[in-house]
Amino acid sequence: MKVHFILNGKRHSAKTPPGETLLEHLRKSGFYSVKHGCDEGSCGACTVLIDGRAQNACLILVQTLAGKTVETLEHFNLKQGVTPLQEAFLKTGAIQCGYCTPAMLLALEAVKRTHPKPDIETIREALSGVLCRCTGYVKPVAAAMHENVTEGEEQTGD
Amino acid sequence: MKVVGKNTVRVDGIALAKGKAVFADDLQLPDLLHLKLLYSPIAHGRITHIDTTKAAALPGVAVVLTHRDFPPHFYTTAGQGYPEPSPRDMLILNPVMRYVGDKVAVVAAETPEIAQQAADLIEVQFEELPAIFDPRDAIDNPVVIHGEISDDPFLYDPRRNIAARVTADLGDVDEAFHNSVHVFEREYSTPYVQHAHIEPHITLTWLDDHERLVIRTATQVPFHVRRIVSEVLDFPLHRIRVIKPRIGGGFGGKQEILNEELCAAVTLKTGRPVRMEMTRREEFFAARSRHPEIVKLKIGLDADLHITAIDLKILENCGAYGPHALTVMSVTAQKTLSLYKAPNIRLHADAVYTNLPVAGAYRGYGAPQGFFALESMLDEIAADLGVDPIELREKNLFSPGDEIPIARILGEGREGYEMKLNTTGMTRCLQRGAELIGWGERRGSEKTAVCRRGVGVAAACQGSGIPGIDMAAVFLKMNEDASFNLQTGATDLGTGADTVLAQIAAETLGVPVERIIVYAADTDLTPFDTGAYASSTTFVSGGAVKKAAEKLRAKILSQGKLLLNTRRAEIKDEFVVAENGEKISFGEICSRSLYTDNQRQLMATASHMSYDSPPPFNATFAEVTVDTETGLVRVEKIVSVTDAGQVINPPMAEGQVEGAIPQSLGMALSEHMMFDKKGRPLVTTFHDYHIYTALDMPEVVVEFIHTHEPTGPYGAKAVAEIPIDGPAPAVVNAIYDACGVRIRNLPVTPEKILRGLGKLK
Repeated sequence: MKVHFILNGKRHSAKTPPGETLLEHLRKSGFYSVKHGCDEGSCGACTVLIDGRAQNACLILVQTLAGKTVETLEHFNLKQGVTPLQEAFLKTGAIQCGYCTPAMLLALEAVKRTHPKPDIETIREALSGVLCRCTGYVKPVAAAMHENVTEGEEQTGD
Repeated sequence: MKVVGKNTVRVDGIALAKGKAVFADDLQLPDLLHLKLLYSPIAHGRITHIDTTKAAALPGVAVVLTHRDFPPHFYTTAGQGYPEPSPRDMLILNPVMRYVGDKVAVVAAETPEIAQQAADLIEVQFEELPAIFDPRDAIDNPVVIHGEISDDPFLYDPRRNIAARVTADLGDVDEAFHNSVHVFEREYSTPYVQHAHIEPHITLTWLDDHERLVIRTATQVPFHVRRIVSEVLDFPLHRIRVIKPRIGGGFGGKQEILNEELCAAVTLKTGRPVRMEMTRREEFFAARSRHPEIVKLKIGLDADLHITAIDLKILENCGAYGPHALTVMSVTAQKTLSLYKAPNIRLHADAVYTNLPVAGAYRGYGAPQGFFALESMLDEIAADLGVDPIELREKNLFSPGDEIPIARILGEGREGYEMKLNTTGMTRCLQRGAELIGWGERRGSEKTAVCRRGVGVAAACQGSGIPGIDMAAVFLKMNEDASFNLQTGATDLGTGADTVLAQIAAETLGVPVERIIVYAADTDLTPFDTGAYASSTTFVSGGAVKKAAEKLRAKILSQGKLLLNTRRAEIKDEFVVAENGEKISFGEICSRSLYTDNQRQLMATASHMSYDSPPPFNATFAEVTVDTETGLVRVEKIVSVTDAGQVINPPMAEGQVEGAIPQSLGMALSEHMMFDKKGRPLVTTFHDYHIYTALDMPEVVVEFIHTHEPTGPYGAKAVAEIPIDGPAPAVVNAIYDACGVRIRNLPVTPEKILRGLGKLK
């Protein structure tokens, strides 16, 4: 069957066999930032934004997406160089193996839409849906906080 | 130093930050086949009948393989030095099932769904055999798990279910206990826990245009993969290429040859590309785990509280097969006996077979089990004798210049090498950690409230590579803009090793790190490296990089002298400068060497192996709250202070510690692979196997104590494993401080706490 939705800002018509998950569909379509970790909604490696909310792509059937907006990390990537949040991740050492990094970045993008300057508890809450076995979340949380500080400074013009 | 010891952004960082297609599975191969396995539903038994007709007839199925399709060839899946000191007790597919999860058959089909459907259509009948689930019952049990192998030098006594045995004797332990003022004896145990790397095991194989077998796989040991696949499939090594892309975490779980041989077999049989990715459920029963150990300690002390003797008994459960069986318990013994001076030592360690999932290499490699026992026991001794646990430890530590006698006795499956301690920051780690946790004020504070706070400490040491065995080689070549290609077989599995190696090269060559282009690892294009395990990469591979860079620097200097037509010159800021002040830049030296003068490629290779394995040290402090009504334990704060010598990349080193802490806290509090009475796994998802989330994390304080290790590159020691040893015993000691309950069998559960408090029978 065919399903039409917005994928990374563009109209996307997905030819999808019944039962295909969004995770399978995205990886098949070359959106490799979306990772496979468990297939049952517990690790969060396949996090995408659906209508702006962070969700597990492994639990979502493509056929349910008609008319919705789907965003992957590719949507946020610059052609060259990195976004401020990616920069903060790089500078603090928040990336180790990098397998869960796209999911973490998207979870933080989602939370920023409702909390422009999230506090540390909101950040930890936002990241709690993404399992990471390398970092202990210490530097990813610090990177997210660091970005807050930088943006704050920019606003005051210092 | 300009680069070493400084924050350098990961050399692979931008690709990872942007989610680029850099992992094993991030590519699409045409005509791809997907593999699924049929696993044994029983813990022990023989296949009496197997019929694959229906499975093979299913449309979309390319091939179905069973044990009948492979000549019986015993091997080990352990990715270790060769010959591997692990029993060769495995077959690629088995006629005998030894645990729930043993491999019955493999199906290759057009889609994973068809492959799974076909696997379910295979008809199998088993003759079920009695099974062993408790390692205490294994030795001399009438049930024999591996009866058929008799001539393997690394299989100790299969008729008695003993996969491996290690013993050692130093001095006279019995005499020492007899003369000791205090003698303590305790038993501790650690459970089955798992690596839980978020990227599952994933392997892709295909034939290239020259009909060579390409294996692109998430591995820590690409060269061992090449050797073992060649051996087990009897396929020439020179026709195999193993490519290690970015790896989504390993922690030892990918130090194993798990699916590579099966994928390769199907590719060779069909000529088609093959993909096998384990599901999370499969990871939990068919991959590897940490060896559960029962550790018995007897420690004697004299009147001054100096340890007089240690008697260490280890019973290691290796599960149904024995990869790493010998060496993990060897490390348990070797590390725990390398921290405190004991003039008399006795060791008896047995690795036994049971009909449970196969254990393997997991970060720390036996040391976390050993230090859980030793560091709990020191806490018990301190409590019993009314002395400060830190003081008791400090009294007994090895000092610089001391020989560590156990290192000579226990090597990797053979005798070790003499080890003298060059540097130790252990005392400073303990003292700094005590300051950071507020040891004096917090310990032994008022304990009457429902929720009680306590603090605990644990010390530990690890190693830096396997002495006399681990070897790394690199190839370094210069380009005309004074950039350098660093080709290394070292395996960055997410640790940042590529960056650390680039920093060592940049420091030695005197160029910015951005001009080191790292490529690793590929068995066709990079020189040999034993692989990423035993905390070896910074120390061993880093040693090779430093040597190669020194050689190349000397060549640049001599080429510069030639071009300047001088005998005396030196290198300054990317120039060769003659005595008379004339100078020539690195870039020009290289360019002219390539095109116009005394033409040659400026390049160097080097190999490195070390008979030293200097121990990094760590002190971990935990602060916990115990709810005495519910038995729940919450870790409030962890302080981890490490002596890793000269730290090469501070944020990355901190990251190693910060990531190790929740893995150890998991083993202490929330992670436990459990099985039912028939050996079937009860925990096969992250819902049931709880690894720490961002919300579970305590406050974490990480610091380093600087030492300069003369045998390491720029004074470095290892950092990857050492921080995983301390958190579990520190937490258990903090629980005792909080509520007086001593937990000797991990994991800590609310039931155990309430039982300890006398509130539950």
